[in-house]
Amino acid sequence: MSLLELEGVTKSFGAIHALQGIDLTISEGEAVGLMGDNGAGKSTLMRIIAGNFLPTAGRIRINGSEVHFHKPIDARNNGIEIVYQDLALCNNLTAAANVFLGREIRKKFGPISYLDHRAMFDKAGELFRELKSETRPRDLVKQMSGGQRQAVAIARTRLSDPKLVLMDEPTAAISVRQVAEVLNLIHRLKDSGHAVILVSHRMPDVFEVCDRVAVLRRGTKVADKQISETSPEEVTGLITGAIENA
Amino acid sequence: MTDTTQKSHAEIDESITSRQEMSGLQAALKTQPFWVFVALIAIAVVMSFVSDVFLTERNFFNITRNFAFFGIMALGMSAVICTAGIDLSVGSLMGLAGIVTGLVMQAGYGIGFGFFACMGAAAIVGLINGVLIAYLRMAPFVVTLGMLAMSRSIAMVISNNKMIYDFGPDQDLFEWIGGESVFGVPNPVWVLMILTVVFWWVWRYSTWGRWVIAIGGNADAAKLAGIPVERVIVSVYVLCSCCAGLAAFLLVGWFGSVTNALGLTYELNVIAATVIGGANLMGGVVYAFGAPIGAALMELIRNSLLLAGIDALWQQFFVGLFLILAVLLEQIRNRGRS
Repeated sequence: MSLLELEGVTKSFGAIHALQGIDLTISEGEAVGLMGDNGAGKSTLMRIIAGNFLPTAGRIRINGSEVHFHKPIDARNNGIEIVYQDLALCNNLTAAANVFLGREIRKKFGPISYLDHRAMFDKAGELFRELKSETRPRDLVKQMSGGQRQAVAIARTRLSDPKLVLMDEPTAAISVRQVAEVLNLIHRLKDSGHAVILVSHRMPDVFEVCDRVAVLRRGTKVADKQISETSPEEVTGLITGAIENA
Repeated sequence: MTDTTQKSHAEIDESITSRQEMSGLQAALKTQPFWVFVALIAIAVVMSFVSDVFLTERNFFNITRNFAFFGIMALGMSAVICTAGIDLSVGSLMGLAGIVTGLVMQAGYGIGFGFFACMGAAAIVGLINGVLIAYLRMAPFVVTLGMLAMSRSIAMVISNNKMIYDFGPDQDLFEWIGGESVFGVPNPVWVLMILTVVFWWVWRYSTWGRWVIAIGGNADAAKLAGIPVERVIVSVYVLCSCCAGLAAFLLVGWFGSVTNALGLTYELNVIAATVIGGANLMGGVVYAFGAPIGAALMELIRNSLLLAGIDALWQQFFVGLFLILAVLLEQIRNRGRS
């Protein structure tokens, strides 16, 4: 049984068909690269899985049972965590505060509950260590490098031990050295049994960390292949339309 | 051998976890309220040479009481400004809340009911502001500017443009709360001190405080993290209005009378005090101690000019000057950091 199963997912905005009949399955511990040119429908598909909006038609199943995500929180409650392209971090807060944003650890003193800073710093430090990142829990996010910010955003997804982590262009705006750091983070997610969907423009990244690659073109899925059975040249051809489908 | 390397790795990890850019004192040195406080002390030292009256107990009593009202309002305003909002209606709201308190108590109701009516009127105005801003996504400046005009107008209508000086059966208690002192410290100053400590706790230890700061930093991120952004914003405006209502309650008790002109143009002083105290209009920055320190600086300027024999007409000039200098100081410090 697949962890996540999309069946005939279609999304129309008025007369524009952003997605047409997308089928996609992901199993535990599997990393799938989602590729396609600008406007191919990657973001739309991401947002449907993330619960930003409902599909016009089609079904989403998690572990075999059908789900309807009306809000991002619904997706999160079903074990799907998202790392947004802009990372959705608060620059004015510490790394630990961002990791626990909306899920703060509290202590009780009589009827008063208050933030347990110590516990949050420790737990965040533990998560960063697991990710082998040198991010310091007490530093403000605005002082951090792009790679460290990624680590904060990824550490946040690990709080709830999700089944699936969705990553939107995690390597788009950072330096080469930091890209390696982020790819390592994705490897660690896979090692601990998490499924990952990686939306990326960067061919080398997808070929390095993903097991499978799905290619979208003009709202339809034109290919879904094991990485070992394809090549960057073929995927490029599929994205641009030089190769019809595979 | 392996054991020791293992251990040293754990130690390094531990040191990374607990490492911080700076210690608590160094962190305090980097905040705006600290430097405004230094300016406060500097002015006080200079004034102690200029005027014999300055260091007297009587003068300190007056200074602290005068800025207490602004300080209380600035505490609420700093919460609003932390969300990148603004509340221009607090001055008019003082007039409205003061008149409502006066009318209710004049009608023979006790002080408990008077206080309840005062805070109720304030909370309703704050609620309207908050709902329009959070749910209808209107600009805070425009909404509260409209409310500035409406609150003042309602205060004029319900007061029938008359002064109220009869506060019914609890008149003495009412005037004691606003006008008298306990252990030599004016009651409004006690209120300010207690509220400052409460706000300090809220900003540092409460989930609500953390959420307000997060919304000021990145409202979209806060929303995606599952924080009920709209409800928090409404609560912030209600809180700010309640602070203004509380200040009005104390101020009317001190004056012993109320007209519908109470709090006229106070919003500008309150915003100035908040900004001098380190609030950033772009949001995401809040200091509990900034509000009273900013309010204190403004009152100190006024008092100093008076004692130094400088024409009172200069007062607004210096308040404005310090406001601009405070913002300039923050700009310069930020530039040095990045």
